[in-house]
Amino acid sequence: MEKIFHQYPAGPSAARRALAGVVGSGDLEVLLEPNGNGMTTISISTSVNGKGPVWNALLDRIFTTGLLPAARIEINDCGATPGVVRMRIEQAFDEAGKP
Amino acid sequence: MNTGSLLQRGSFIELDARNRARALLDAGSMRELLDPFDRVRSPWLEMQGVAAQADDGVVVAKGTINRQPAVVLAIEGNYQGGSMGEVGGAKIASALALAAEDNRSGVPTCAVILFETGGVRLQEANLGLAAIAEIHAAIVDLRRYQSVVGIIAGTVGCYGGMSIAAGLCSDLIVTREARLGLNGPAVIEQEAGISEFDSRDRPFIWSFTGGEQRYLCGLADAYVHDDIREIRAAMAGFIARGAPARHRSELVDTFLAKLAQVDAGNQPTPDAIRALYKNGDAA
Repeated sequence: MEKIFHQYPAGPSAARRALAGVVGSGDLEVLLEPNGNGMTTISISTSVNGKGPVWNALLDRIFTTGLLPAARIEINDCGATPGVVRMRIEQAFDEAGKP
Repeated sequence: MNTGSLLQRGSFIELDARNRARALLDAGSMRELLDPFDRVRSPWLEMQGVAAQADDGVVVAKGTINRQPAVVLAIEGNYQGGSMGEVGGAKIASALALAAEDNRSGVPTCAVILFETGGVRLQEANLGLAAIAEIHAAIVDLRRYQSVVGIIAGTVGCYGGMSIAAGLCSDLIVTREARLGLNGPAVIEQEAGISEFDSRDRPFIWSFTGGEQRYLCGLADAYVHDDIREIRAAMAGFIARGAPARHRSELVDTFLAKLAQVDAGNQPTPDAIRALYKNGDAA
């Protein structure tokens, strides 16, 4: 069990909260909530230890290229691959942006 | 079976727990209680190195079914095998208890439980077992007023203490992909030997514990395709009819008399089991 925390500058707050995924084998759950202060925070709980550098590289890539809406993000991970992580985060932002 | 009718179907099994609940309630009526953002989750899993899901894998959805107040309790089979822990079990038991309270104060709330569970969550041991016992008691309480409909769609199936909960439901709906049994295949093989039960022989497992067999044995009340509309129609029919005069679980003597006919020295066939349940005759 490992806890990881990240923070990135972001745009205006996400419009609404959104949920994506399930804490199942090779998958993860993303809980996204609006955040007012122009920052996006990401708290990760993962059952797979020792993948900190992979998370750092992946989150840097997602949150430093282009300005995403500001959100408070919680991730509960059950061994998702970087591709699945990225897809779930994008899915949550997509849901949060829907009218 | 023609291609046209297959394409018309909307798969229920492919939906996650939350969307299954939404599909069964009247459109736009769903309101979730203790949703994931309330973060009422298992306090025990992280201590054991397991990431905990924010809703503990149980969706409590209030709404209406054909305008009747209803609560749908959906278990997420992809999270920890749909296992019942302290929190998820308490969510189901409390929702059922509140539905019974509703009925005592004149609100005809019915309940639907979507079983997708291997039974108790081993990491939470006795707390999970206690929660399952509370679910049993709550079903027996509520079914005095309203039909408590159980649905086993698949693909996890319904096992352990939760198979008893399924047996206590007023009505049980199964698909071909469903399985219902007290012990899972691997447990039976481990305890009785591979000659008794080969847990890797999937056709064999379904021939004894699959939805079709359970329906033909009279242990389930509706056998439907994996189709949202079919499942919803079967469920709505049972709810409209109301609680049956006698529940299956009250027919203990009938079932015991049938089981007394079984010669445990011989490996039975699925056909023999069907005949036994139908006629009380193992021949």
